[in-house]
Amino acid sequence: MIDGELLVAFGAATVRVATPLALAALGETVSERGGVLNLGIEGSMLAGALGAAIGAAMVGPWAGVALGAGAGMAAALVLALAAVAGRADQIISGTAVTLGTIGLTGMVAQRVFGTTGAGLDLPTLGPVAVPGLHQVPILGPVLFDQSVLTYLTIGLVPVVAWVLFRTRFGLELRACGEAPWSAAAAGVRVTLVRGAGAVIGGGLAGLGGASLVLAQVGTFTERMTAGRGFIAIAIVVLGRWHPVGALLAALLFGAATALQFLFQASGITAVPYQVLLALPYLLALAVLATAVGRARAPAALARNE
Amino acid sequence: MATAIIPRTTPLGGLGRTTLAFGAGLAVLVAFLAVAGFDVAAALEALWRGAFGSRYAFLSATLVRTVPLLMLGLAFALGARAGGLNIGMEGQFAAGAIAATWVGVTIGGAPPEIALPATLGAGLLAGALWMTVPVMLRARFGVTEVISTLLLNFVAEAAVSWAVSGPLQEAGRTYPQSDPIAMAARLPRLIPSERIHAGLIVAVLLALAMAILFRRTRAGFALRAAGAAPEAARIVGRVRITRVLVLALLGSGALAGLGGAIEVSGVSFALYQRLSPGYGFTAIAVALLGRLRPSAIVLAALLFGALEAGAGAMQRDAGVPAVAVMVVQAVVLLAMVLGTGKSR
Repeated sequence: MIDGELLVAFGAATVRVATPLALAALGETVSERGGVLNLGIEGSMLAGALGAAIGAAMVGPWAGVALGAGAGMAAALVLALAAVAGRADQIISGTAVTLGTIGLTGMVAQRVFGTTGAGLDLPTLGPVAVPGLHQVPILGPVLFDQSVLTYLTIGLVPVVAWVLFRTRFGLELRACGEAPWSAAAAGVRVTLVRGAGAVIGGGLAGLGGASLVLAQVGTFTERMTAGRGFIAIAIVVLGRWHPVGALLAALLFGAATALQFLFQASGITAVPYQVLLALPYLLALAVLATAVGRARAPAALARNE
Repeated sequence: MATAIIPRTTPLGGLGRTTLAFGAGLAVLVAFLAVAGFDVAAALEALWRGAFGSRYAFLSATLVRTVPLLMLGLAFALGARAGGLNIGMEGQFAAGAIAATWVGVTIGGAPPEIALPATLGAGLLAGALWMTVPVMLRARFGVTEVISTLLLNFVAEAAVSWAVSGPLQEAGRTYPQSDPIAMAARLPRLIPSERIHAGLIVAVLLALAMAILFRRTRAGFALRAAGAAPEAARIVGRVRITRVLVLALLGSGALAGLGGAIEVSGVSFALYQRLSPGYGFTAIAVALLGRLRPSAIVLAALLFGALEAGAGAMQRDAGVPAVAVMVVQAVVLLAMVLGTGKSR
């Protein structure tokens, strides 16, 4: 049966699962605001996950966080070089980056960790209770007994919003996303600014991959991101290309995913678990159908200059 | 969106870019293998042996993998020529495989003249049906087919998982797989002792048909016009862009679904969880390497079929994970679309 304790566990799982999604969606928001629809975000997440696993295994979890962000940026740099500097089709370039990352991470993971994979025992960034706050009924254990990376994610939301809407770089980036020709005429170095947006976005997605490894799964496996980056793209639409919206939308998708745990824990078997497995993706489709009309994407999204 | 993803002319000419793209892909793979510390010579030797090293390698590994890549490569080209990017072929392939298995298992005592077309037809229909969701989302709500087809891949994966542990699970209920399909529902082998099956002929004939459609028919002209210059086609040529795109995408889904059915009917004879090792994505590289031209896609499918076959041998004999060859796909994709944005 579903009781209060179980609901609290469901809430905590929602926030935990939403963290990597929120980070990737923040990254994709930055990228898309600059006009770059980055399907390689999935690759950035996967690279970030492997980077985090290697960093954590060699040095420690924080080295993993740094290496994860760096690996995510590296993957996005390839996309930026091809799709922004090289004027290649963004969709195909993004697909290429994701495919290439699957291949590369598979190779590197085997060299570093051998073929065992699932059995890695990595140092992780487990839940840290915030003194005082975690004792608040219901909200305490849901929000304030999470990994440091979750707190970091929540902290990054106002930072990204400030950068996008209150800095010169943010203004230039949004100009590149809306009207790159006008931005160029006004003296903005469009290629550089768009590229920077994509790479920063890749770094955030890399952090998302790192949080998946360090705060959720604790190991690295081939293709472990399993389409989370693509879900992040739907989250960006639902969040109306705004960092706060991205965070809230990520929570919705976190809940859709955490439903599996809730059903499992409460022994409900009426619904085949594959339906729950497919639920976040179906939700993403429903969101796209209902949200696309109401929110407006950056005018020059997925278009080259 | 995404109208002309392939340039009409390049400084090197079509064949030059194609050769360069595949060569660059292999070079990057070799570089990464070396940097990662694998035995490059052993890996390449295994790759070659697994692809072309023997009669068996070619007829039972390379050509067998060429068939789904050709089907899916044609599927991608059909959509892309009309301006639609179908990134969800993996999903339509799975949908086709599920439907074909269902018909193939239940059709029992029917003669091959009925069982085989019914099995393949079921896959074709299922692929088109799976595509109706993205098509409706695009036509009604303006949702790009890129994201919707991509998301549906994961739904299809869950659907296969459900099918093989639920309604289609084998009678023994031991493994997550279906019962074998009826003998009458199987595609015949082309050579008795080798695994290559009649699906190759089906796929090559479809390539031929598509080449004729593109080059020689009014519908093919409308299709290419809709993809290359939608505004001009609409105003000057009175082409109904949305209609053309919808039909092309449905056709793309149908071909991908047929590809899944052919895989079940010609190779696996049953439904498994990981029937496709990512053919749906490899085929995007196949289609682009073939510059979206049916005849060239046949050759590109053969190249990537060889690479898939070789990847298996590389994993078995040289300890290099098979996913390594995805680096080649990535480089080919990038090399084929690099610098093409200016032509928009």
